[in-house]
Amino acid sequence: MSELEKPLKAELTVEYPFTRTTGEVIGAFMTGLREKRLFGIKRPDGSILVPPLEYDPVTSEPLTEMVEVAQSGVVETWTWVDPPRPQSPWDAPHALALIRLDGSDTSMLHAVIVGSPLEMKTGMRVTAQWKEDRVGHIADLEGFVQEIEKADS
Amino acid sequence: MTDPNSLPAALSEKVEIPESISGLEPVRSVRSPIRLVYDFVPSPPVQQYLRSYSKKKILGHRSPVDGAVFVPPRGVDPRHGVLIDESVELSDRGHVGNFCVTHLPIPGRDDLDIPYVSAWIHLDGANVGFLGLVAGCENDEVHIGMRVQAVWKEEDELGNTAENILYWKPTGEPSVPVEKAGNRAWEHTNE
Amino acid sequence: MSEVNSFRDVAVVSVASYQTKTLSEVNEVQLMADLISKCRNSVGVTQEDIGFTCSGSSDFLAGQAFSFVHTLDSVGAFPPISESHVEMDGAFALYEAWVKLQIGEVDTALVYSYGKPSAGSVIDVLATQLDPYYVSPLWPDCFSLAALQARLLLDNDLITLEKMAEVSMRSQKNGFDNPNAVRSSEDVSFDDLMNEPVTVDPLRASDISEIADGGCAVILAAGDKARSLCERPAWIKGIDHRVDSHTLGVRDLTRSPSAFLAAEKAGVSDDRIDLAEIHGITSAQELILEKEFGLNEKTLVNLSGGSLASDTMMASGLIRISEVASRIISDEADRGLAHATSGPCLQQNLVCILEGE
Repeated sequence: MSELEKPLKAELTVEYPFTRTTGEVIGAFMTGLREKRLFGIKRPDGSILVPPLEYDPVTSEPLTEMVEVAQSGVVETWTWVDPPRPQSPWDAPHALALIRLDGSDTSMLHAVIVGSPLEMKTGMRVTAQWKEDRVGHIADLEGFVQEIEKADS
Repeated sequence: MTDPNSLPAALSEKVEIPESISGLEPVRSVRSPIRLVYDFVPSPPVQQYLRSYSKKKILGHRSPVDGAVFVPPRGVDPRHGVLIDESVELSDRGHVGNFCVTHLPIPGRDDLDIPYVSAWIHLDGANVGFLGLVAGCENDEVHIGMRVQAVWKEEDELGNTAENILYWKPTGEPSVPVEKAGNRAWEHTNE
Repeated sequence: MSEVNSFRDVAVVSVASYQTKTLSEVNEVQLMADLISKCRNSVGVTQEDIGFTCSGSSDFLAGQAFSFVHTLDSVGAFPPISESHVEMDGAFALYEAWVKLQIGEVDTALVYSYGKPSAGSVIDVLATQLDPYYVSPLWPDCFSLAALQARLLLDNDLITLEKMAEVSMRSQKNGFDNPNAVRSSEDVSFDDLMNEPVTVDPLRASDISEIADGGCAVILAAGDKARSLCERPAWIKGIDHRVDSHTLGVRDLTRSPSAFLAAEKAGVSDDRIDLAEIHGITSAQELILEKEFGLNEKTLVNLSGGSLASDTMMASGLIRISEVASRIISDEADRGLAHATSGPCLQQNLVCILEGE
């Protein structure tokens, strides 16, 4: 093979159309997303797990008591994703964060929609921003945005 | 014995669905498609093979251990895990080692007339076969040992691709006896 | 010599590895044919002498189902061999081989693993291992998740950017003598590293592992068989694999309890540790692991440069084991800890303690 010949290359695409059944617990959380509500589930120690799982991650006991949690919460940690990943729901650079909603004892992963990383701070309060058309999918949440401080707080 | 007609039961009692959504149509599934794109760069032996193939030349690899010839060439003798660097040019004639008549269409291959014959093509001089389409005769004429020859694309349609050979057609030469055809030919090829 | 927590003495007797930025002269099969031959030849065994073969690789790196079957061409699997495979790092394949040797069915095993991440986008591929309902559809790449972990450590004053830069510097300087290192530098300065721009906030480029193609082959042997093949076998005194929850939000990401427990069960405290090869994909993760393993300044960490110098998905863990083993075999050290990780943010961990006689 002469040095002038560039190596042959072919684009290989692997594609899977998966549709996954949710079961009752995850299904209820997804139904909640469609209805612009956020739910968690109570663990044996009384703490609230968001997003909800069918079995406790530590004790493996089945969990059954679902509770609604707030739409706002606290950024526990964050990073900046630029460029946005090709298959992610976002077209623009965004923060990726673990957010602990009021009423929850665990954090969930989602985006914080701000213009630049300079606007991000651990401990900042954020609130859910919903898509117009929702189907019951984690991306029904466009992400979270900075919570506007109430005038009397 | 587990009753196959009863659904698997959750280990828990009924999940308490929150009142605010309890009357609504529940979400039962989510779509989670995956699409991963790769740049596939073939190994140097395969690159060489493809470039020769575009010139209607079929390359094989000859094992340094016992001279067995593998096609397409992959740079190793799979029986011994030994690297191969000796190429050999093979003819585009051979015989059918084994075959199957398929009655189902393949997604993406609307060009195939159903039913079609996929066969294991053993080229003269090669010890192993590879998959090819057999056409140019009635399907029920195809048999193990049938002598075949490649039908190539037109010159200006050739490229660095396995698609260069459209199909394998019978030559009409006397057939290879079954006991010497396909992998059974292994012992006899180097005679 | 420390206690052994196993039924049979099993040792690493031979290793071979290769890493490079992009594998272009050969493909995975040709690479492994070469490495496996080297590994067997250096102790004078043929494939017929090997009792069990186990490999680690990922079809998602190759973009092809059952891709590891192609790679069996490099072993010479004829007549048919006793063989197994894990869709994981080769370190976990080594664990399976070790178990097989413990049962007593075989006396030798060949373990190998490889990866060609250059063909695709490994950081996105890894998103497919996460919760398929809540996390994976957001496609968080592995370095973004590691960055979340790093920020938590910094915010809680558990590590500093300076300490991270020291780890990066150590890796680049150590890697200079390692032919497998893709990123290394004899004279990189601390200031250079501190002044690097952030690439995945708060991580700088040098804080993040250097993705590379490559592979590794290792031969294990038991008892007297090991002694007959190798003058100074690297005996596996302990090996253990533990798993934390895969749910990021329920974990304290500043820690890795599974790493701590795996090290404890493998016997890390039984005696001194001369050297440690730890597998983290960021400098922050190396700091977590040093703490979980209780390593002090007496232990030489990542003399190979570690993953920050060269990180081959699916092989990095096995390469850490091979780096410790080879230094014991060559009598440069007596006792070492090798570690492999899998899952997001050090979610599951394997620790292997090796010792010379």
